[in-house]
Amino acid sequence: MTDLTQLEAELSAAVAAAPDVAALEAVRVGALGKAGSISELLKTLGAMSPDERRERGPLINGLRDRVGAAIAGKKAALEAAELDAKLAAERVDLTLPPPPERRGRVHPTMQVMDEMIAIFAEMGFGLAEGPDIEDDFHNFTALNFPPKHPAREMHDTFWLPEDAGGERKVLRTHTSPVQIRTMQQGQNDKLPSWIATSQTPPIRIVVPGRTYRSDSDATHTPMFHQMEGLVIDRAIHMGHLKWTLETFVSRFFETPVVETRFRPHHFPFTEPSAEMDVRCDRSGGDVKIGQGDDWMEIVGCGMVHPNVLRNCGLDPDVWQGFAFGFGIDRLGMLKYGMPDLRDMFASDVRWLEHYGFSAFAAPNPATGLS
Amino acid sequence: MKFTLSWLKEHLATDATADQVVDAMTMAGLEVEHVENPAAKLAAFSVAKVVEAVQHPNADRLRVCQVDTVDGRKEIVCGAPNARAGLTTIYAPLGAFVPGSGITLEARPVRGVVSNGMLCSARELEVAEESDGIVELPDTLAVGTPAAEAFGLEAVIDFEVTPNRPDWLGVAGIARDLAAAGLGTLKDLSVAPVPGKGPTTIEIRVDGDACPVFAGRLIKGVKNGPSPDWLQRKLISVGLRPISALVDITNLMSYDRCRPLHVYDAGKLTGGFIEARLGQPGETLEALDGKTYEAGPEVCVIADGSGAVGLGGVMGGESTKVSEATTDVFVESAWFDPIRTAQTGRTLGITSDAQYRFARGVDPGFVVEGLELATRLILDLCGGEACEVRVAGAPPAPPAAFAFDHAYVRKLSGLDVPSARIDAILTALGFAVRGEMVTPPTWRRDVDGKADLVEEVARIEGFGALPATPLPETSRAAGGVLTVRQTRMRNARRAMAARGYAEAVTWSFMRAAWARLFGGGDPKLVLSNPIASDLDCMRPSILPNLIEAAARNARQGFADAALFEVGPVFDGDQPGDQRTIVAGLTAPHPSRSWAGAGGDPLFALKADLMALLDEMGAPNLQIAQGHAPTWWHPGRSARLQLGPKVVVAEFGELHPAVLKALDAEGPMLAFELDLGAIPEPKKKPTKTKPALQLSPLMPLTRDFAFLVDQATPAGELVRPILGADKALIADARVFDVYQGKGVPEGQKSVAVEVTVQPTEKTLTDPEIEALSARIVAAAEKAVGAKLRS
Repeated sequence: MTDLTQLEAELSAAVAAAPDVAALEAVRVGALGKAGSISELLKTLGAMSPDERRERGPLINGLRDRVGAAIAGKKAALEAAELDAKLAAERVDLTLPPPPERRGRVHPTMQVMDEMIAIFAEMGFGLAEGPDIEDDFHNFTALNFPPKHPAREMHDTFWLPEDAGGERKVLRTHTSPVQIRTMQQGQNDKLPSWIATSQTPPIRIVVPGRTYRSDSDATHTPMFHQMEGLVIDRAIHMGHLKWTLETFVSRFFETPVVETRFRPHHFPFTEPSAEMDVRCDRSGGDVKIGQGDDWMEIVGCGMVHPNVLRNCGLDPDVWQGFAFGFGIDRLGMLKYGMPDLRDMFASDVRWLEHYGFSAFAAPNPATGLS
Repeated sequence: MKFTLSWLKEHLATDATADQVVDAMTMAGLEVEHVENPAAKLAAFSVAKVVEAVQHPNADRLRVCQVDTVDGRKEIVCGAPNARAGLTTIYAPLGAFVPGSGITLEARPVRGVVSNGMLCSARELEVAEESDGIVELPDTLAVGTPAAEAFGLEAVIDFEVTPNRPDWLGVAGIARDLAAAGLGTLKDLSVAPVPGKGPTTIEIRVDGDACPVFAGRLIKGVKNGPSPDWLQRKLISVGLRPISALVDITNLMSYDRCRPLHVYDAGKLTGGFIEARLGQPGETLEALDGKTYEAGPEVCVIADGSGAVGLGGVMGGESTKVSEATTDVFVESAWFDPIRTAQTGRTLGITSDAQYRFARGVDPGFVVEGLELATRLILDLCGGEACEVRVAGAPPAPPAAFAFDHAYVRKLSGLDVPSARIDAILTALGFAVRGEMVTPPTWRRDVDGKADLVEEVARIEGFGALPATPLPETSRAAGGVLTVRQTRMRNARRAMAARGYAEAVTWSFMRAAWARLFGGGDPKLVLSNPIASDLDCMRPSILPNLIEAAARNARQGFADAALFEVGPVFDGDQPGDQRTIVAGLTAPHPSRSWAGAGGDPLFALKADLMALLDEMGAPNLQIAQGHAPTWWHPGRSARLQLGPKVVVAEFGELHPAVLKALDAEGPMLAFELDLGAIPEPKKKPTKTKPALQLSPLMPLTRDFAFLVDQATPAGELVRPILGADKALIADARVFDVYQGKGVPEGQKSVAVEVTVQPTEKTLTDPEIEALSARIVAAAEKAVGAKLRS
């Protein structure tokens, strides 16, 4: 009896005193290893009489279990302490800055273009594109600008020198040439596939892109962006045009109703022609859309001129429809409060960071336009 | 163009205010630029008469006046020395805002006497800069007359005329439209002929090419001098300078009836004839603006026996101009071709009120009537005796009648306008309506079809009445409306922004010298009329613009720009020669970081490009180094290509000499990706993706260190390794490159981690050994690599 009690006391003390896992392991080997003190005792059981074994067995086994449990418990405690110490040593100063990261931005004009496309896509408009270098036919003649007509002069056209075919190409003064490329029946120009080509009516497209006029001041830059719209069907009238533009403006400016005003105007390629104004307030320095007692012109539009339809091989007694043209940069300036058109093209990183949009601000029916 | 309200009212019987006129003009299609309306500012002020003026009981310099005003008799305290009984002056009621002093009048006692209003000086009303005492007006003005009227001030309406409506370049034409729009009644515009006495002895000849019709008449015995006050005031009010009665009459006709005329001193015309013909080579003319013009064979000149005396429809000549000494005047009323007149203006660089009008097209039906009206004015203002009218040539044919189905108004505009109303509108605008047939008036040469008539009806009826009508539903493309290319452009933007690049939008043109540095600058692509000499050439590349932008940002203190642009470049001068490029540029500056320096920033740029290509669905591309165009650093640039011919992208460090030429501090790293060179995926009937095969077997990795020639690209070592067993080798990645101690001179050690993915069963050690041997053999065969021992 005493020998076991004595042994247990010694082992318990050794376990408690073990300073680390290695020392504890030495205690375990000394007690429970092959030649350990408890293992040696267990070996004696075999030589005992059944009665003696019945008496000593439980005592020795009990000792083994208790010492084993004590070692396991101590081991867990030592490991936890070691981990704590390791973690404490791993502390870093998290007030230090992360490596510098650049902030990427989508240009506001491109964001606005995406917003406009999203709204028109919802109304069933597809997207068509055309080239920036255009011929006279698509930019002027087919759009009912007769040769030498004064309306051409109003376009401040950029000209290229005479080409091999003796023609002077222009930088397109508007996105309207893509109307022609889309409506013109039976064309067989060999052009890259991204350039719009004949569609059979009904047609419903928007055309975003770069446009050029030889003009430069606070509100004009030699390059800017337009978005053309074209709807051709059998019974499309000016009321449809009005609904389309009113609906667009309300969705774009994200206000339930924007009061609008249609005024007669003149464009060679539409008849009747109009400009649409929206209510605005100029009293506070910057322009607020949708309120106030002033008007702001935001889009030119009209019913496609019968001559334009004829020039494209469409019979104006069968097909009719409307066209409109927005200034994309200008709409962006109005919506997002950018004061100067010229800044749009100045590539100042401070401006881009301030007025630009996150990569994740893609217009989406669930999250809204921006 | 400008006009005043009273001028308009000479042709339009109306009570409309300036604001109402402006609104009606706007809704009829005349764009009002600006209204200068002194009446608005002076609305509260009116004429009053001082009945009695006595000394203020408590102030030496003040008078207490009894004043008859629009509001009855008022007691008003006034400090002006000229406040005296019997004076007709201007009264401001209580509550009025006095613009010149910036105060609003209140009933306040002045030294114990309450002043019930104020008598005003010209400076207080802002009708003069300086004034001495209160306004003194003629006694003939009635009490209550608005101040603006008393001063003869009127609203001046300044507006723009669209090129289709030259008839609006005369006040009478505007009156006609406003009457049709319901703003008033058009007064009689008809002209009574003035019978002539004796023939006009100057023969008129026309060359129809130069001038279709030329009417003229001689008026003898006139006395030319300053025109009367009313005419001078009228011209001044619209910004014209009075010259002499004869000239002022022609200007009045231009602005009132859009009928430009010219007056010649008949005594200075020689040869007994006047003719309109095309100019002859070398023929010159000293015009009234004092400049000498060369009239080529495309220009219409007016000539007499001495040669050119005027540029037809543009400007008269110095030699035959009228003066105070003129006694006999020859008046020209002709119709010049719009296109020829516009061209003359352009080629000679000359404009005038007449040129502006003829270029847009004046009324060919008003040539003789205009001459009659001018005759009447000359006889009235200058006296004299008119000879008979002579006419040479004939005006162009009047517009032809065409059929107009009234139902078309509704079909095209959506407006429901009763047939009788349609007829009434057209008639009011001067159209002749006979049943279904409509004839436009001579002054509406812009109208030649039924859509034009719909516009006339709709704008007079008012665009406000257009019924907003939803577009019919259409079948939508189920997969969205954008093409693959359009989607890629959009994704490219968002991918670049997500990787930290700011999107720039730069000009499509650039300095030709810069274009030449980037493989462009062909004279075919240099604009004939650039806006500035540094924006003259269509760009062959986006990079110069991004370099310039980064350099500009650096000069402003923001040196580590990362910019990108998605836009066009131009390979040739035809519409099909345009490609869409995604270009990115970084100006890396070694960032000082507590965490230590990063790796070579060129590989960060390569990672961005690879991520972009992946986002756009590009297939695996070959990388080729050593063939870069001259604007790249020869050792630090490469291209990505699809087969040997299709270059999808180029990237690298920009050549320092090129940066220097663009005045930019290097280094700068960049790429250009040709969007159109990435093949579009084949359209599949379904969006279902192929089934995913996940191996239950653990992949394992083995490392190999090879010795290769120093010049061997690592990529050429990796390719044969990947090919050594396409079924088992999932990946091979270079993780270390070493030169130096332990590696023979001229060689480098490249360490590659190969990932092996067993497919059917776990590989045994001998199988792995065999695979390793194949890898080593493949590397050796391809690039002579030796396994490093």
